[in-house]
Amino acid sequence: MASAYTPGLKIVSKTLVEKDRKLPLLGEVRVKKGDKVKAESVVASTNLPGNVFMVNIANLLSIEPHEIKDFLKKKEGDRVEKDDIIAETTGFFGFFKSCVRSPIKGSIENLSTATGQAVLREPPIPVEVHAYVDGEIDDIYPNEGVKIKTTATYIQGIFGIGGEVTGLLEVVSSSPDAVLEKDDIKPVHAGKIIVGGSLVTAEALQKAIDVGVRGVIVGGYDAHDLKEFLGYDLGVAITGTEEKGITLVVTEGFGKIQMAHKTYELLKAAEGMKTSINGATQIRAGVIRPEVIIPLKVEAHDEQVHQGNNGMLVGTSVRIIRQPHFGEVAKVVNLPEKPVVIESEAKVRVVDIETTSGLKLTLPRANVEIIEE
Amino acid sequence: MSKTEITSILATDCGSTTTKAILIEKRDNVFRLVVRGEAPTTVEAPVEDVTQGVLNAVSEVQELAGRQILTDDGKAIIKPIKDGKGVDLYVSTSSAGGGLQMMVSGVVKTMSGESATRAALGAGAIVMDVLATNDGRLPHQKIQRIRHLRPDMILLSGGVDGGTKSHVIALAEIIAAASPKARLGAGYELPVLYAGNKDAQAEIKETLGTKVALDITDNLRPSMESENLMPTRQKIQHLFLEHVMSHAPGYPHLMELTDEDIMPTPGAVGDIMQLISRKKGLTVVGADIGGATTDVFSVFQGIYNKSVSANYGMSYSISNVFAEAGLENIMRWVPFEMDERDLRNRVKNKMIRPTTIPYLLEELMVEQACAREALRLSFDQHRSLAVGLKGIQQERTIGDVFEQTMTGETLVNLKDLNMLIGSGGVLSHAPRRQQTAMMLIDSFLPEGLTQLTVDSIFMMPQLGVLAKVHEEAALSVFERDCLIYLGTCVAPTGIVKKTGEAVLDYVLTKQNGDVLKGTVNGGELNVVKLAVGETAKIVIHPKRHYDMGNGPGKDFEGEVSGGVVGLIFDTRGRPFKFPTDNAERVKLVKSWYKALDLYPGL
Repeated sequence: MASAYTPGLKIVSKTLVEKDRKLPLLGEVRVKKGDKVKAESVVASTNLPGNVFMVNIANLLSIEPHEIKDFLKKKEGDRVEKDDIIAETTGFFGFFKSCVRSPIKGSIENLSTATGQAVLREPPIPVEVHAYVDGEIDDIYPNEGVKIKTTATYIQGIFGIGGEVTGLLEVVSSSPDAVLEKDDIKPVHAGKIIVGGSLVTAEALQKAIDVGVRGVIVGGYDAHDLKEFLGYDLGVAITGTEEKGITLVVTEGFGKIQMAHKTYELLKAAEGMKTSINGATQIRAGVIRPEVIIPLKVEAHDEQVHQGNNGMLVGTSVRIIRQPHFGEVAKVVNLPEKPVVIESEAKVRVVDIETTSGLKLTLPRANVEIIEE
Repeated sequence: MSKTEITSILATDCGSTTTKAILIEKRDNVFRLVVRGEAPTTVEAPVEDVTQGVLNAVSEVQELAGRQILTDDGKAIIKPIKDGKGVDLYVSTSSAGGGLQMMVSGVVKTMSGESATRAALGAGAIVMDVLATNDGRLPHQKIQRIRHLRPDMILLSGGVDGGTKSHVIALAEIIAAASPKARLGAGYELPVLYAGNKDAQAEIKETLGTKVALDITDNLRPSMESENLMPTRQKIQHLFLEHVMSHAPGYPHLMELTDEDIMPTPGAVGDIMQLISRKKGLTVVGADIGGATTDVFSVFQGIYNKSVSANYGMSYSISNVFAEAGLENIMRWVPFEMDERDLRNRVKNKMIRPTTIPYLLEELMVEQACAREALRLSFDQHRSLAVGLKGIQQERTIGDVFEQTMTGETLVNLKDLNMLIGSGGVLSHAPRRQQTAMMLIDSFLPEGLTQLTVDSIFMMPQLGVLAKVHEEAALSVFERDCLIYLGTCVAPTGIVKKTGEAVLDYVLTKQNGDVLKGTVNGGELNVVKLAVGETAKIVIHPKRHYDMGNGPGKDFEGEVSGGVVGLIFDTRGRPFKFPTDNAERVKLVKSWYKALDLYPGL
């Protein structure tokens, strides 16, 4: 029988996670191989030259370019504060002076007697790359960045928004099917990554932003709320650069869907631990899924990768991933060989299943996904 | 192996969502389709190798055929056939790479940046971001953005011909510094198209030539007042086909298995469309609607045109169809009320779990409504690209630089169209062929007499690539097993002012001498049975506001061909509008669907 493949999300209690952390431009690597780093540690940095401002002194003082040297109060290389006087005329007996002030804080890079212009430069702009996860430097990319490794609980979500954030994990919803409501969010959750159950409401997400929650991990999110939240209808699922003040990782899908038990239990077990999450999603060939990384305080790793895609068998646990009964969990009872005509009159290969509530259903094989227990 | 020795052929098409395999065998000296199998395309963890989806689909083929094709470990195809195991030839097409997401750049955001955006959108791409010298971002922020977004292609423009070069070169330097990698990883180079100041081409080559797959075309903004988008749009389509669409994780592995180069799916389907047009001497419009992309083909005045709408499709791109078409346009085809929240969730869930199929009848109706809109939008795009003379320069004044208008006249004229051909899962696998006919009519709104056909089981891509290496086998299967004749659509142009008023009278004379006469009213659909292979003479007397091609109210004579659906009189008008009252709309749509016996229980 052909393998009943379904796209599977990685949900692992303990695995080795490796992350490349690179600068956008060449710079300096600030750590060495073997160093232990925290998520917020700067592992590489560089300085971008500050922005340049041109000030035409000659014009402003109504003098010839070559004359500016007689009126300068600063010389090349001098630091300046905003509104510091760069050049000033003597006036008549100390009166009617004209002056040119610095529009920025920075330094005088060049003073030209040919053009009468001063070139001012703002201070260098530091560009830093943080570790993102607690771990150990495994490799160095000279002048570019590092590879970090960490043993961690690793959970892929199905969809997310927002970029990388780190915080302590707190499970707020009492069960994987509980809805994360506005009243569940408290000021004490500020700076944390919180876990909901089957749905986060629009009001709850807004309150989470208001109190300073860094991230939300939840089973479902309403597509209509997503549209309102983003301010546009997301056509192609490419996310991660939204600046909405929070990162959201949805583990199951759109609408109210109970978070998978295994996911919920893993998160529950990690309550209080430092957690790094990233909502970046790209659903296309070469897919990127949102992720939850919870570094563990152990050296060795014992990889238990979710491998639920090597074929459905009688007894395999599955989740229904389309209406009807979307989100329900069931066990495979039979795998008929011959295609069957379903309600929509399509003739497809099916699977007979029994849900946890005892309901017997025959559904397209494509409409269930294998879940690891 | 010589062609005459080949008796068994395996052909696959790796779509973005589903991989389809067909087995063709020579029996009684004739090549025929034996079985077909399919499996989800494997481009996501834990497999991330398109070859696995192929092997899964072939595994289904061997189960259904009742003989071994794969090696015992299931990892390769046995070739050539020996002791009844394996096949003699294996070929494949691919569109597994999915849609096209681009970054565009221009010196001035509101000038060349806007023109570049229009060119990319016109070529069917999603524009992920616009980089410009004056976009307020620092160089490292632009570089981070390029790296984060992983565009499939970058369009670099800026500077008028003969003008300053430094700004556009600086943008090229930023792209070079980002060292952008193709989304599908090692082994592929990111295509970067330069369509800026022609005087800077040498410097652009020097800056980017060794770092990306650089291609150069005419400046899309040769002067402040003129915009020349067509060469860029055509080039984007070409680069997409060559560099992005067919590629997918595991592509090199798949190449090791095939006997011929893997062909991009639209190229293969386009070859088949041209073959149909040539062999039958017909003007043709064809569409292949997939999970991520929808390809439209046309042959008018002997000129073949192909367009790839890279972000209209039924799975990965369904949410984009929804966003672009709008809720109202999708729902106008659905004959019941639906909660908007629920509908949005269902559409987004299809996007994130693209391999699922509609179990419920109402879900099938919603998907077919989305298909109508995806096809309509793709056809609009095709019309704007299918122009007679390529590269006509459109002069624009400063006042209309932000208006998007076509450059060149479209060749697509629905009154001249003889045959409409559908392919792709939603059309080929519709549970009832009437549904396919209806989707084609509603999306393309054919005028006059138009024959409707569909790819029987969605195998045109495989036959297209097979024709390259074994034309006899491809033609044999095409003639006997591929094209299903649905019937002929009879649709006068003219706006229906009052539902129920007579639009035309007809006299149909069948080959056996039977004569059928009738009157068809405005706002209606009517079907007259006419079997596959049957033809009939038809004389139509349109009422005075309606035109069958000879002018308003002028009689029309022609020949119509039968099909599994029959002769469909579409007198809803061209263009036709839906009632504003929702209850009336539902009633009307139900009456259309009932006329064609589209769905059970209506």
